[in-house]
Amino acid sequence: MTQVPTGTHLERPGASLAPGLSAVLLGDPRRRRREKLIAAAFRAAAAFSILVGVLIVVSLLGEAVSFLRSIPLRSLWTDGWFPRRGMFDVKTILFGTLIVSVIAMVIAAPLGIGAAVFLSEYASSRFRRTVKPILETLAAIPSVVMGFFALTWISPSIVEKLMGGNSIFSMMAAGIGVGILVTPLVASIAEDAMHAVPQSLREASYGLAARRRTTSVRIVMPAAVSGIVASLIVGLSRAVGETMVVAIAAGASGGSLFTVDPFGPGQTMTGAMAALATGSDQVTGNSAAFQSLFFVGLLLFGMTLVLNLISERFVRRMRAKY
Amino acid sequence: MAVTTTDVVRRNLRRQGTDWGGLLFEGALLFALLVSLGFLIILVGQILVQGLALLAERGTSFLTSQSSSLPGRAGVSQALVGSLMLMLFVVATAFPLGIAAAVYLEEYAADTRFNRFITVNVRNLAGVPSIVYGLLGLAIYVKAMSGFTGGASVISGGLTLAILVLPIVVITASEALRAVPQGIREAGYGVGATKWEVVRSHVLPAAAPGILTGTVLSLARAFGETAPLILVGAVTGVFFTGSGSLVEKFQGAYTSLPTIVYTWSKLPQAEFQKLTAAAIVVLLVMLLTVNGAAIWLRNRYERKW
Amino acid sequence: MTDESTLVPALTGALAAGVATPETAEIVFDIRNLSVLYGTFLAVRDVTLPVHRNEITALIGPSGCGKTTVLRCLNRMNDLVPTARVEGEILYHGVDLYGKDVDPVEVRRRIGMVFQKPNPFPKSIYDNIAFGPKIAGFKGDMDAVVEGSLRRAALWDEVKDKLKGSATALSGGQQQRLCIARAIAVQPDVILMDEPCSSLDPIATARIEGLMRELVADYTIVIVTHNMQQAARVSTRTGFFTVDVSEDGHRTGTLVEYDKTEVVFTRPSDPRTEDYVTGRFG
Repeated sequence: MTQVPTGTHLERPGASLAPGLSAVLLGDPRRRRREKLIAAAFRAAAAFSILVGVLIVVSLLGEAVSFLRSIPLRSLWTDGWFPRRGMFDVKTILFGTLIVSVIAMVIAAPLGIGAAVFLSEYASSRFRRTVKPILETLAAIPSVVMGFFALTWISPSIVEKLMGGNSIFSMMAAGIGVGILVTPLVASIAEDAMHAVPQSLREASYGLAARRRTTSVRIVMPAAVSGIVASLIVGLSRAVGETMVVAIAAGASGGSLFTVDPFGPGQTMTGAMAALATGSDQVTGNSAAFQSLFFVGLLLFGMTLVLNLISERFVRRMRAKY
Repeated sequence: MAVTTTDVVRRNLRRQGTDWGGLLFEGALLFALLVSLGFLIILVGQILVQGLALLAERGTSFLTSQSSSLPGRAGVSQALVGSLMLMLFVVATAFPLGIAAAVYLEEYAADTRFNRFITVNVRNLAGVPSIVYGLLGLAIYVKAMSGFTGGASVISGGLTLAILVLPIVVITASEALRAVPQGIREAGYGVGATKWEVVRSHVLPAAAPGILTGTVLSLARAFGETAPLILVGAVTGVFFTGSGSLVEKFQGAYTSLPTIVYTWSKLPQAEFQKLTAAAIVVLLVMLLTVNGAAIWLRNRYERKW
Repeated sequence: MTDESTLVPALTGALAAGVATPETAEIVFDIRNLSVLYGTFLAVRDVTLPVHRNEITALIGPSGCGKTTVLRCLNRMNDLVPTARVEGEILYHGVDLYGKDVDPVEVRRRIGMVFQKPNPFPKSIYDNIAFGPKIAGFKGDMDAVVEGSLRRAALWDEVKDKLKGSATALSGGQQQRLCIARAIAVQPDVILMDEPCSSLDPIATARIEGLMRELVADYTIVIVTHNMQQAARVSTRTGFFTVDVSEDGHRTGTLVEYDKTEVVFTRPSDPRTEDYVTGRFG
C-alpha cells in the first residue's frame, strides 16, 4: 500500500527546505484534517468486528456462568435433555451433535472429494464450467428447505424404505440432509486445492508412464492434502453448527432421552437451542431453561471456533505451498 | 537395455488389456458427482410437484393472505413483508459498515499485528454458526436494548441478521478491493490526490461490481436464514397483523419467509405440507431472483471497465 | 535400413560433394512428414528427420518454431492436450508410435522425459526415484534401483545421507539431476530433454552436459535447446528449426536443415541456418 505523502514526514527535524516551500508542500490543513477523520471512521468500522466477537463471548459467558451457578451440577449428567424439567444432560445433546455430524461427513466426504477429483482431474474445462455453478447452487439452498426435504423425502424414501428405519423423525434423516448441504462446500474447497497443483507435476507423473488414476491419487491428492483436510474440517464445522435441518427432521422438540440410535429421534446442541426458543413458555426471564440456551451456545461456539482455527492452519499451509 | 527389434517393440507397446481399475475409478468419481447433483434435482422436483399444484389452485391469494390455522386461508403476506423489512435493515447497516471496514483493511491499514488480528477475527466470525448470532441478538437487542428495539421485533431481527452477514460483506468487499490493479491507485496518487480521493474516485468505482456482487450474495444468505430469527423472537405461530402506526409495525410481531416454512413444516395436517412446499417455491424463486440480479449486475458493470 | 532414403534433400548435395558419409547407426526414431495441429493452428509442418541410437540429437531454433512440439510427440505427451492432432508418421524402431494398437503409457515407459523447469514431486528423494518403478510393478530391490539411478545421474554422493529428505529442498541443479535419475530409474530406451539447463546456472549446466555425454553410451538422447553453443558442445546431430510466417500472419514451425552438428555449425547449406548459428538473428 503506497503511503501518500501528506506532509507529515517533512515535519521531522533536519528538513532543509525553504520555509515557504514546506508550507506549500504541507497543503491545505482542512484537507488533511478531513483525511484523518475519514481514516479514523474507517478504522472504527473495522474495529467494530472485534467488538462483535467480544460481545458474543461476553454475553454467552455471562449467562452461561449464571446458569451453571443456578442449577445443581448433577443435573448435567442425567437421563436426558429435558430443560423444562430441569434435566440438562449434556452428553445427550453432545452425542446428538456427534451422531448427526458423523453421518453428515460420511456422506459429504466421499461425495464431495469424489466430485472434486472428477472435476479437477477428469472433466473437460467446459464440463467443469457448467457443472461447478450447479454444485454451488446446492450450497445456497436454505437449511429450512433441506429440513423439509429431509422430513418429506429422505425420511420416507431412504431412511424408512432403504434402511429399514421406523421413525419418521430420525437423526439419520437429519444427518443425511446436513450431509447433502455440506457436500458442495467440501467439493468446492477440495477442488480448488487440487486445481492449484501445478501442471508440471502431472506432466512429470505422466512422463514416468503413470495413468490418470495413479497421477490423481498418488501425486495430485497428496500434493493438495492441506486443502483437502481443510475442506473436511470446514465441512464438519458447518455440520456441527447446522440447526434447521435438525429442528425439522430429527424430532425431539420437547426434549430427548440419551440415545445413540441414529434411526430414532434425537437432539443436537443446535436443535436444543431452537427447541428452547420455540416452546410454549418461550424466551422469558431468568429461568434455568432460558439460561441453558446460552450455556449450550457457549459450548457450540467453542467447538466451532476450535474447528475453524484448525482449518485456518491448513488453509494457510495450502496457500504457502504454491 | 531394451532389446530392440521391430516385432519385439511392437509387442511391447501393445495395450495390455483394458484398464478396468482406471475405468472403475473414474466411474466412481463421476457417480459421486452425479449423486450430489441428483439430490438437488430430486429436491427441486419434489418441492415443485407439491408446491406448484397449490400455487395454481390458490393463485395470488397465497401471496396476499396472512397466516392462519386454517390451511385454506393461510398465506405468506406477513412473511414477505417481514423478510423485506429485515433485508432493509441488513442493507442499511451491514453494507456500509462492512464495506467501510473492508476499505480500511485493504486501503488504509498497515500490516500491523492489530490489523492482522482484525482480519483473522473477521474470518473466524464468518465461521460462527448462525444460531450463535441469534443468541447475541437475544442478549443485546431483545433484552438489553429493548427500549429502542421493542424487544422481539423486526428491528432486533434485522440487526441480528446484519451482524451475521457483516463478516461475509467484509470478506467479499476485501477481495473485490484487492483485485483492483495497483496501477489505478498509483495513477491517482501521481496527480496529487489524497488517499480518500483516490479511494472514492478510482478504487471504489473499479471495485464496485465485485463489491455489489458480494453484497447481494450475502443478502441472499441473510434472506434464507431462520435459526437466529427464531431466537430473537420471530413468531412461529399464527398471528394477526392489523393496521397500526409504522412504529408499532416495526416494534411488533413479525415473521419471515423461511420462518413460516419452518412453522408450517411442523404442523401435522397434510394440507400444510403442500403449503410449506408452496412457500418454499416462493422462497426459492426470490433467492434465484436475488442471485440472478447479482450476476446480472456484475456482468453489466464489468463491461464499463 | 539405410540412411540415404531418409536424409533431408538439403543433405544430398553434401553427399554428392563427398563431404557427408552415410551412417549405419541404427535409427531409433524415423520421423516422416510430421505435422502437428492444435485445433486449427498448425504448430509445426512437415518435419522429416531420423534420430540415431546412442547419439545426442539436438533441436535448435528461435522461440515458437515447434521444436518442443516435435519433442513431445516422441513420447506422446501431446496426447495430454485435448486439441492436439498429429499427422505424418513417427516410427519407433520401425513401429508406428501413433498406431491404433499402441498404448501411450507403454510408450512413455520406454521414452522418458526431463522438463525445462525441474519438477520433483513434493516427496522424499527416495520416493521420487522409486515412483516410476513402483507404478510399473517393480518388485525387486528398490534400494539398489534408487542408488543405481542416483549414481548414474552423478547425484548419489550429494544426497546419499538424506534420501528421506524432501526433494524440493535441493538446489536447482540438484533437482534437475534428480529428475534425470527419476527418468533413468524406469530403464528407458530414450531420454528426451526439453531445454533441461535453461533454468540453471552455468556450473550446474556444465555438470548436466557432462552427464549427458556419459549417459549417451547407454541411452539415446534428444535435446531441445535455446543455447546453440550447448548444441555444438554435446550433440552429434543437429536439426535447425525456424518460424514460417504465412501471408495471413500464421506462424508455423519448419525444419530447415538437419545434419551432423559440425556441418550445421561450420558448413550449413541454408542461409537461414547460417544466419542463426552466426548470431545474425535469433
